[in-house]
This record gives sequence, C-alpha cells and structure tokens, in this order.
Amino acid sequence: MASRAHLRISNVSRRFRVNGGDLTALDQVSLDVRAGEFVTIVGASGCGKSTLLRLGAGLDVEHDGTIEHDGKPVTGPNLDRGIVFQEPRLFPWLTVERNVALGLENAVFSKAEKRDLVAKQIALVGLAGFEKAYPHQLSGGMAQRAGIARGLVNRPDVLFLDEPFGALDAITKARLQGELQDIWAREQITMVLVTHDVDEAVYLGDRVVVMSPRPGRIRQIVPVDLPHPRARTSSRLASIRNHVLDILNSTTSDDLPKMAAKQPTSQKRPVAKPGPVQAALHNKSAERPLFSTTEI
Amino acid sequence: MSVPASFRTRRLVRIRRGLTLPVVLLVLWEVSSRGGLVDARFLPSLEEVYFTAKRELIDNNLIGELGFSLFRNVVGFFIGSGLGILFATLLALSRTADALITPTFNGLKQISLLAWIPLISIWFGFGEQAKIVFVAIAAFIPVVLNTYEGMRNAPRDLIEVGHALQFTRVQRIARILVPSALPSIATGVHLGLIYSWLATVGAEYFLAVGPGVGGLIIAGRERFDMALVMVGVLILGVVGFILNRLAATVESYLLRWRATTH
Repeated sequence: MASRAHLRISNVSRRFRVNGGDLTALDQVSLDVRAGEFVTIVGASGCGKSTLLRLGAGLDVEHDGTIEHDGKPVTGPNLDRGIVFQEPRLFPWLTVERNVALGLENAVFSKAEKRDLVAKQIALVGLAGFEKAYPHQLSGGMAQRAGIARGLVNRPDVLFLDEPFGALDAITKARLQGELQDIWAREQITMVLVTHDVDEAVYLGDRVVVMSPRPGRIRQIVPVDLPHPRARTSSRLASIRNHVLDILNSTTSDDLPKMAAKQPTSQKRPVAKPGPVQAALHNKSAERPLFSTTEI
Repeated sequence: MSVPASFRTRRLVRIRRGLTLPVVLLVLWEVSSRGGLVDARFLPSLEEVYFTAKRELIDNNLIGELGFSLFRNVVGFFIGSGLGILFATLLALSRTADALITPTFNGLKQISLLAWIPLISIWFGFGEQAKIVFVAIAAFIPVVLNTYEGMRNAPRDLIEVGHALQFTRVQRIARILVPSALPSIATGVHLGLIYSWLATVGAEYFLAVGPGVGGLIIAGRERFDMALVMVGVLILGVVGFILNRLAATVESYLLRWRATTH
C-alpha cells in the first residue's frame, strides 16, 4: 500500500445560504486518504460529513480549498469515483442486471466485457439468481446490495458510501458490513464511508474521522490498528469504540447550552439532562438511532 | 404454466358480476318494449334491433362503415398522441419553450373541443381531413398534459445518480426522464384513445354526412328508424369498450416493472 495521498482534501470549506443567512457546513477541513485505505467518517447530524462526501465524489463543486484525486482536481463526477447512497436509488423500470449495468453505461468496455463484469459483480454481492428481478421485488438489503454492485461494477479508484446501511435492520446491516469488508479486502478499492453508527465506523475503518458540528470540522482522526477481517467481539475494538464515543460526547457537549436555549421545554422534563449522546440522537430523525450498540 | 384454480374462479366471478348489470338492463329493455310499457317506435324490441343489425351487416356495408370510423380514429389518435408526446417533451425539457408556450396552451385547452368544429370545418372543409384533425386534437390534449406532468416530476434522486454516472443529456432523457414519465404518458395515451373515439363519432355527427358509424346514427334518426340508431349506439359502446381493454392491456405490459397494487 503506497503512502502517497490518493485523495487529498485541503482547507475545504462549504457554505450554504439558508434563509438569507450563511451556514458553514464545512470549515477548513483537510483530509488525506491513502490508496487502498478504508476511511470512515462519523459525527452527529449537521457535522457536514455527507457534504464532505458529496464534495469528494464531485457531486457538489461549490467549495473553497482544493480537492484532488490522483493529483487531479475534482471538478465534477467521474467514473473513477463511485458512490453508494443511503437509499439504493435503483431505477424501478430496470431489472437488477440492467441497474448494475448503468454503472458501465459510459465506461469503455465491449458489450461482452460489460455483460461479464455485471454478472461477476452481481455474484460478488450475493444477488446471483436475481438478475431479472425488478427493484420492487427485492428486500431492502437486496436492493442495497444492487446499489453497491452498481457503484463497484466499474472498478472505481475510490468508492464513496453515504450511510449505506442506515436504513437496514440490524441483522442485514451486520451481514452487509461484513461483506463490504470482504469486497474491500479482495478488490483493493479505496473506500470512504460516512455513518452515524460508531460501531460500524470502528469495525470497518482503518481510520475513523470524528467530526463535530456547527461549523463542520474534523475533531480527531482515530487509527484502528487492527488487521482485517475483524472480530466484532474484539476487546481492542470495544475500547476504540468507547474512545470514539468519548470524543463525540465532548464535541456535542460544547453545543448543549445552545440547544437548551433553543428548546427551553426540554429542561422542564423530570428525566432532565439528556446525555450528550442522546442529545445528538434527538437531532436525527426518530426512526434511525444515532448509535446502535446492539450489533451482533 | 398452470394458473391456480382459485385465481381462475376469482376471475370468473369477476366477469360474471361485471355482466350482471348489462343483462338486467337488456331484460328490462325487452320487457318494457314488448309489454307495451313504452312506445315500441321509441324503444324497439331487441329482436327488431337484432334484425336491423343483421340487415345492415349483410345487405348494407356495416363492417365497411365501422372500418371508416376506426380508420379515422386510429389515424387521428396516432397523429394526436405522437405530436402530443413530442410537444410535451419539448415543453418539459426546454425552459424557454416552457415559458413561451405553456401559458398559451393552458388557455387554449380550456376551449371545449366542440367549439373547434366551426373553425375546423372552415379551415379543412367537411372531408376526411377535417375529421382526422378533430380526432387528433382530442387525443393531443390529454397526452400533452399527462406527459408534461410525468417528465417534470422525474425523481431528483435518480437524476443525481445519472449525474454521478456521467450521463449525457440524451442518456438522461432516455434512461431517466422518459421511463419515469411512462406511467403518466400511458395514462395520457389511454385517455387520448378514449377521447379520440368519442371525437370520431362527434366528427361524423357534426361534420356532415359521409361513411361511418356516426352517419349510420344520423340516417337512423332521419328515417325515424330507432332500431338503426340503437345498432349504432351499441356498436359505439362495444368498440369503445374494446379499445379501453386494449389500452389497459398494453399499459400493464409496458408498466410491468411497477409493484402491482391490486
């Protein structure tokens, strides 16, 4: 594994105009990702982690600072940079096979090569036998497998994953995390995964980038010095996870007084002071827990 | 490939229930006509209608008349819906065209179809051309409205996927906009088919005589031959029903990727 930076993000800021005011989603963020590395980005909602991912993938180009991939500035989407979204975003009118083939639509391969790559990729994500199925016939987990296959089929240099397992049930999620790790190890593709699940971040990442909100900044980068594939039960993994949680707690606690001022009623509740983690949890939509600590 | 028995019986039950009302109506018709409840000159018995239909079929050229009507219908329908899809696609894809044309179109579509008849008859005369133009306008309007809606509502998420996969403009249209608009386009074309059949009869009725089922009805009225009128009306109903079923079948085939909701 070369040590040169494959993806170089330097002093990147991103502001949005919201109701006439300026909202700084990212403030002077710098991050280098090595070729073949698995980097996970974790943080409470509003920390700009998804914004950072979209900038890296080239889906958003309105930023200060520089983003380079393989030495070239990122000025828009590119087939060398794949992306997987939280929702599978499959085309409902196409079969699994043809959805995956969309990833090769503009790639320079012959028809036969494309067919081959698609079949191989479908097998790799465990969807063999479902080539002709339409998205509405798939479960959530299967649909997301197809979404991942579409992102991978072109063998991109870097695959960006935006909370890819966020909408899945715990069992499916754990299985897909394991499979993603296997694919990464086998295919040697650089991966950048955004998540709000600390377990997931620590389990998958070579490094865990912890971000803090308002304005979005990188708080700390925690290396996970454990070889892949990892055992979820490893005590080392657990202690790193606790360390990351501590960092997250300290980042969100800075924010508490402001939130309390905005929501005075929350102080009147007898349960009183929500822990910082729960406070962050309240920010996210209710059906998606911020941290799942009950992974299998 | 065997269809499950329960499915087949359910289908049979559905067909039987669907047929109940028409059969009851026919019986009521026959009873009131024969029993002298109504004047048989205004409501001829089924038997008389049957013999009239037979006479028209064998001695006169009923099939030919129907052929003329269907020909106008199909030609007008294809011209109207084809132009409609193209026109709506232009409006949906070009901001300039949308801003220039859509408000005017929205105004013009409010004009009743029948109000076009005097204009059409003066511009195109009373021949085939005028009738086909009328049918085409009838199909054009619902196709444009629905296609436009469908294209404008293409999911943002999928457009972003296309962006990430470096789709060209043509790919975005062919791969995302058109297929996502297909359900709406199908609805529009289906409506267009129904409207164009109604307009076919309207055209034959209002744009003076000529061959066609509409002409048959006019002849029946002028000769005070109510059985002939009934034959015409029944044919119109049956053809309309068949066209509708045909459209529904094609529609469900084209949209087989959608989760069935029934």
